[in-house]
Amino acid sequence: MFAIAIRAASAAVMLIVLASGFADAADIQVKIDNFTFNPQRVTVKVGDTVTWLNEDDIPHTVRATAGDFKSKALDTGDRYAFTFTKAGSYDYFCSLHPHMTGHIVVESVGGASATP
Amino acid sequence: MTSDHDGDGVSRRKVLECMTWAGTGVLWTVAGGVPRSLGLIDAAMAQETPGFSFLQISDSHVGFDKPANPNAKGTLEEAIGRVNALPVRPAFMIHTGDITHLSKTSEFDDADHIISQSRLDVHYVPGEHDVLDEDIKLYRDRYGRGSKGNGWYSFDAAGVHFIGLVNVMNLKAGGLGNLGHDQIAWLEADLRARAASTPIVVFAHIPLWAVYPAWGWGTDDSAQALTLLKRFGSVTVLNGHIHQVMQKVEGNVAFHTANSTAFPQPAPGSAPSPGPMKVPADKLRTLLGIRSVTFKPGAQRLAVIDTPLAG
Repeated sequence: MFAIAIRAASAAVMLIVLASGFADAADIQVKIDNFTFNPQRVTVKVGDTVTWLNEDDIPHTVRATAGDFKSKALDTGDRYAFTFTKAGSYDYFCSLHPHMTGHIVVESVGGASATP
Repeated sequence: MTSDHDGDGVSRRKVLECMTWAGTGVLWTVAGGVPRSLGLIDAAMAQETPGFSFLQISDSHVGFDKPANPNAKGTLEEAIGRVNALPVRPAFMIHTGDITHLSKTSEFDDADHIISQSRLDVHYVPGEHDVLDEDIKLYRDRYGRGSKGNGWYSFDAAGVHFIGLVNVMNLKAGGLGNLGHDQIAWLEADLRARAASTPIVVFAHIPLWAVYPAWGWGTDDSAQALTLLKRFGSVTVLNGHIHQVMQKVEGNVAFHTANSTAFPQPAPGSAPSPGPMKVPADKLRTLLGIRSVTFKPGAQRLAVIDTPLAG
């Protein structure tokens, strides 16, 4: 419970190492503003959580091209978090404004990196 | 385009070019010109042959409350007030989508309540903001009855064939608006038996021409739909989505985008993103508005008049 509270409280910080679960699991934030995902390309490790925060005055969504994850419509100030449990390369886009695209590379904890 | 048959083909083509140019010039005068002149032209023409007119409103975004317009409901009410004050009552209204901002039941309820005060039949197509619920149930239950597929349909009025298309669903990563194979196949069947002399009005939310693809302002497979419309002598395409008035003429096809009733968006490429544009409060109503479209039998082009809420 305590760890969850910390996780929620830290959502606005770019990179926070949590002392729970995975020893070095991190929460990485992607901002949505000006109809872009920022940063557009992120590399994380298995067990890390990526949180998207919509700072536009228009709703957006986060949807994996291959269907691995999918948010509801995020209004201004809304967040969506997804924890990556498999190494790999994930393309995603906004299903409302599909010219908005992003990319997450998930590396296995052992150090072997996935092909981007 | 037809090819030249013989020696006089060149001169005939020149004549056609001139006619096209003249048509374009007239259109620009009518569509983008000074409202007062338009009023005179319209009044003069109205005395000769009474036309058939209908109304377009778009992008009411009921529920939007951000700084670009904290009261989108209020400006929709003003727009409907303008509709009710028109000197000639239109036959019906079309709404080219983004009725609501977040597809909430309360937003659809509010929009219905305000728009119904026009006491006009309204033909809707959805915008991407109207289909945010998981099963797209709210839009379909209210407006989708009698439509095909994801909500497309056609109807006839005063000899004009109207086609409502849906290009805001199943959008592909990296892409633009999307009609999809099923809808294009339906369109082909819908048009097959119609005479090329039938005036056609197509309406859809996202522009069916490449206004500015870098901001997603276009439809990936619109060329397929436009190919099916090529043989018709008069085609008018009405869109919303970009919250500003733009026109373009390509052969027999005239494209128009409409103002929003909620908030303006920047001109293509003039801002970092297409997000809502904050303007001084006294300028907002000059950038919102309604549109009336008049069809006169025998005229290739429909007369399109955009009226701002103020100014």
